[in-house]
Amino acid sequence: MANINETRAPRRGPRGPMGGGAPAEKAKDFKGAIKRLFSELKDFRILIAIALILAMLGSILSIIAPNKLSELTDEIQKGLMQPVMNMDAIKSIALTLAGFYIASALFTFIESLAMTDVANKFAKRLRTRITEKINKLPLKYFDKHSTGDILSRVTNDIDTIAQSMNQSLGTLVSSVTLFLGSIIMMFYTNWIMAITAIVSSLLGFILMFVILGKSQKYFVARQEELGRLNGHIEEIYSSLNVVKVYNGTKQSDEKFDKLNRDVYDANRKSQFLSGLMQPIMNFIGNFSYVMVCIVGALLTMNNIISFGVIVAFITYVRLFTNPLSQIAQSMTSLQTTAAASERVFEFVDEEEMPSEANITKVLKKEDVKGEVDFENVVFQYDDNDKPTINNFSAKALPGKKIAIVGPTGAGKTTLVNLLMKFYDINSGDIKIDGVSTKELTRENIHELFTMVLQDTWLFNGTVKENIVYNNENVTDEQIVNVCKQVGLDHFIRTLPQSYNTVLSDNDSVSAGQRQLLTIARGILQQTPFLILDEATSNVDTRTEELVQKAMDKLSEGKTSFIIAHRLSTIKNADLILVVRDGNIVEQGNHEQLMKLNGFYADLYNSQFEL
Amino acid sequence: MFKLLNNLGKKEWILALICLVLIVGQVWLELKMPDYMSEITVLVQTEGSQMSEILKNGGYMIACALGSLISAAIVGYLVANISATFSMNIRKKLFSKVEALATHEVKTFSTSSLITRTTNDITQIQMVVAMGLQLAIKAPITAVWAVTKILNKSWQWSAITAVGVLIILGVITTLMIIVLPRFKRVQKLIDKINGLTRENLTGIRVVRAFNAEKYQEDKFEKVNTQLTNQQLFNQKAFSVLSPTMYLVMYFLTLAIYFVGAYLIKDAAMADKIGIFGDMVVFSSYAMQVIMSFLMLAMIFMMWPRAEVSANRINEVLDTDITIKDGTIDKDTTGEVGTVDVSFKYPDAEEYLLKDISFKAKRGDTVAFIGSTGSGKSTLINLIPRFYDATEGEVLVDGVNVKEYKQEFLHNKLGYVPQKAVIFDDTVSNNVSYGDNGIGKPSEKKIKEAIEVAQAKEFVEKMDDKYDTHIAQGGTNVSGGQKQRLSIARAIARDPEIYIFDDSFSALDYKTDSVLRKALKKYTKDATCLIVAQRIGTIMNADKIIVLDEGKVVGQGTHKELLKNCEVYKQIALSQLSKEELDS
Repeated sequence: MANINETRAPRRGPRGPMGGGAPAEKAKDFKGAIKRLFSELKDFRILIAIALILAMLGSILSIIAPNKLSELTDEIQKGLMQPVMNMDAIKSIALTLAGFYIASALFTFIESLAMTDVANKFAKRLRTRITEKINKLPLKYFDKHSTGDILSRVTNDIDTIAQSMNQSLGTLVSSVTLFLGSIIMMFYTNWIMAITAIVSSLLGFILMFVILGKSQKYFVARQEELGRLNGHIEEIYSSLNVVKVYNGTKQSDEKFDKLNRDVYDANRKSQFLSGLMQPIMNFIGNFSYVMVCIVGALLTMNNIISFGVIVAFITYVRLFTNPLSQIAQSMTSLQTTAAASERVFEFVDEEEMPSEANITKVLKKEDVKGEVDFENVVFQYDDNDKPTINNFSAKALPGKKIAIVGPTGAGKTTLVNLLMKFYDINSGDIKIDGVSTKELTRENIHELFTMVLQDTWLFNGTVKENIVYNNENVTDEQIVNVCKQVGLDHFIRTLPQSYNTVLSDNDSVSAGQRQLLTIARGILQQTPFLILDEATSNVDTRTEELVQKAMDKLSEGKTSFIIAHRLSTIKNADLILVVRDGNIVEQGNHEQLMKLNGFYADLYNSQFEL
Repeated sequence: MFKLLNNLGKKEWILALICLVLIVGQVWLELKMPDYMSEITVLVQTEGSQMSEILKNGGYMIACALGSLISAAIVGYLVANISATFSMNIRKKLFSKVEALATHEVKTFSTSSLITRTTNDITQIQMVVAMGLQLAIKAPITAVWAVTKILNKSWQWSAITAVGVLIILGVITTLMIIVLPRFKRVQKLIDKINGLTRENLTGIRVVRAFNAEKYQEDKFEKVNTQLTNQQLFNQKAFSVLSPTMYLVMYFLTLAIYFVGAYLIKDAAMADKIGIFGDMVVFSSYAMQVIMSFLMLAMIFMMWPRAEVSANRINEVLDTDITIKDGTIDKDTTGEVGTVDVSFKYPDAEEYLLKDISFKAKRGDTVAFIGSTGSGKSTLINLIPRFYDATEGEVLVDGVNVKEYKQEFLHNKLGYVPQKAVIFDDTVSNNVSYGDNGIGKPSEKKIKEAIEVAQAKEFVEKMDDKYDTHIAQGGTNVSGGQKQRLSIARAIARDPEIYIFDDSFSALDYKTDSVLRKALKKYTKDATCLIVAQRIGTIMNADKIIVLDEGKVVGQGTHKELLKNCEVYKQIALSQLSKEELDS
């Protein structure tokens, strides 16, 4: 008769109350994903085993405890009829029970500590693996995948795995134990009553699973509609100026209203259906309770069973109905885990850049003369139907300044990417001092080059950290000298903490100044080769002259490759390669090319025409 | 949070009221059930009781349970409706508000933050409203009602229950005090993890070129460890919660029975059965009380997060619209110009533009040049009213732009921003985007615009030509191609005034020059305002305005300026050689 409401409160992780109602994304291959997940969890085997055994023990205690409680009731009841109550028996039962409860609570506590440990350490390991993976993937991977997508794997997906693993695994084991245990106990006690209890709950469960399946559909729909709406919001917010001037507000409002309405609809339905679960559970519990009582009473009247059996069954019914809904819940949460881990492992399993373990040749920075040979280089991006670089041959002599010019899309930046071995060439060869880059490690090649790019990549750190980057043994004096060279010193000193000012996204450092910082970083590198890929395009032309002078100084004695839109920047180059559709169409110095009166001259003159 | 609730309509409040009534009914039914339950239990345990009695009570109980289920279902339906309507309304309100914000206000919030506010924050609040609405009504009613039902039974039992409630509240409060501030720290660390990963991805070429992979990984690992430790602490602290709850619930029952045994032992024979019945009923009500306190505790745990989101939303909603609409919507004629315009951001000390005056006659091309930060973009952004001048007047066709209806003013303009904007739509829908008051451009017009913008060649090479779908952000077209399409969009509008905000720098010299020639031919009477970096782009303009640190330092043609404007000369010399300038 212990009608304790056994409904387990959902487990609260740190995100606790807000975690509910997450959609269960479907994994493409549920079994495969779960298998993989467990094999990845190998190192945590012992902790997980302990946790699961404890969860089981806790559940077994929960099955035994109600029996003891009804013993207690029986004892008290006996006392109703007799003048003396057997207080000693009551005390000893109560003590046993207290022991049970404390043990059960301890088991749950330790189990949850262990699982928390596993989940978080596993998540940490996954995050590290993804970060390391990023550095091992070929650049072409990032051409096809958006930053946002990879980001959401590092944060959302891993979070989901950690959270739902923490919740689902322990609950699943303890619920299954409870469920099976109570069925065994029921049949052991009386099979007719057992069937009564099971049949009367079954009806409810069928209803519940139907609803669960249905709401699943709406949850997915809700997530999709929300995604569509977010896409529209993002598009409009990031193009507000154009939307306004083109009077596109009406158009965007119409679309917004429609999408908003769709989200509303999906929201409403999924919320309603998922909200039905708890009330239905309660009803099933109460319904089974009454059924057991009625059938039990009938059996008692026919003297088939004793009263005690009914009392025991009343608790079994509770024990039996609750875990089922929890099993259902943890199955959905396992689904989510599977979907998320599939995405994470998909990334972790991406093909890496070819191994360089068997490369033994090393070009030392100090010994390099500075010659680069392009020999019939052919390169084609994976998705393109024709090569971007077509049979490209050129030679850069030590200490010379080589400029690469040509219209957008001609393959200028691609050439740099190939030189840096960011991509592997399809055929032909690139040689540094006569050594093929195929025979050198990427790390070795990168050591030889200083590269300054158009995108001014600065990270969240101090000015000094940004300039030094991963260079070791750089003195403060060197830093200041470099900054003086590019004309940054004065500006940096006007910053609140001078060289120790932390740079963040939206502060007073202009695009031009950011560019100068990256140039300063490059100058510190001291390498035999220099690549400037549109390195001064964010700087206004007057500052550019200043930088140009610094660069010229920097490139003294170095072989440098310069890509620039502004032809004025490259007029004094020793060799100008005019690239068009991946081929060199003209080459020579400025005067020679102008005399040719071909593509270069045309390009050059067009800056003076209206 | 409460302020946001004002956004619920009358209908929603009435629905909420119906919910209240239904929940009261539900609680009544649920509290009625233990009575029948104990009745049945007693009947079953008493030998010789009538089957019909059991059936009757069982029937009542099932009826109660069914009633409660139905009521819960209706409440669930209504609440789902209320919360979905609520979030829909707020989202709409926020969206409209953001559309009306001035450019610098958008910048202050940052676009990505505005997006999060319109999406995540609202979802967050919706969830709290959906869950909270039910719990907030149900928990107190249940608690109070259950307490009144058991209050006069026995002070010993009541005291035990009170202790149970106090323990639960104590544990929850302690947890909140310990963990809540750490939640914020976790949020910050997650942002950091995000930031570092973003940094790794955006700077991937630099990272590799500098062989800095290890450097980046170490940096990440440090934050990763911090995050993991902080998470472990929080979650482990929370692991205490669930076992404690069960312990309290179980011990409470145990204690009630145990104390009950003593009470029964000491009672007179006649009262014993009564006390026994009371005990059974009491223990089930006590559970109800504990459960309702648990529910209340859940609301308190949800509250802080919802509050944060609500504040973020209110911040946007409370921003005043500084750009107010005018009334003029009739055509006037005249020239574009500014009269002594000065501009500074509302909170800034320094002026970005100071005392600027210029005029552009109909059909003229006026160019603006100057170094980064000289204010040239800000100046032409005053015309479409992305900002309003702090002092002075900006005139279009002789009328202050503030006096126009914005829609009407915008109909006169063809604006091309520095960074091309491409919508997730087909080529031709991208070009015919928006509304210029005279209906959508014809297919012929669209094709013409694309041809003038020098985009015909690559558009016709695309799979579906003019119907090719361009992905959001335009990943399947290059930067220069995007810019040409965005120029075509301006041309298709047939504007009186073109505004090119540094729109030509993404094009190579050749395309730049061909495009401008074609444009000039196509739009003889339109006024053209061009901001540019390259001297070549603007050399032949009717008038060039040279800006330096927010002031006009020169005004005239290329030739004149070379002679009398030092800043212009310097800019020109940095791009072209002496001989080229002279020729």
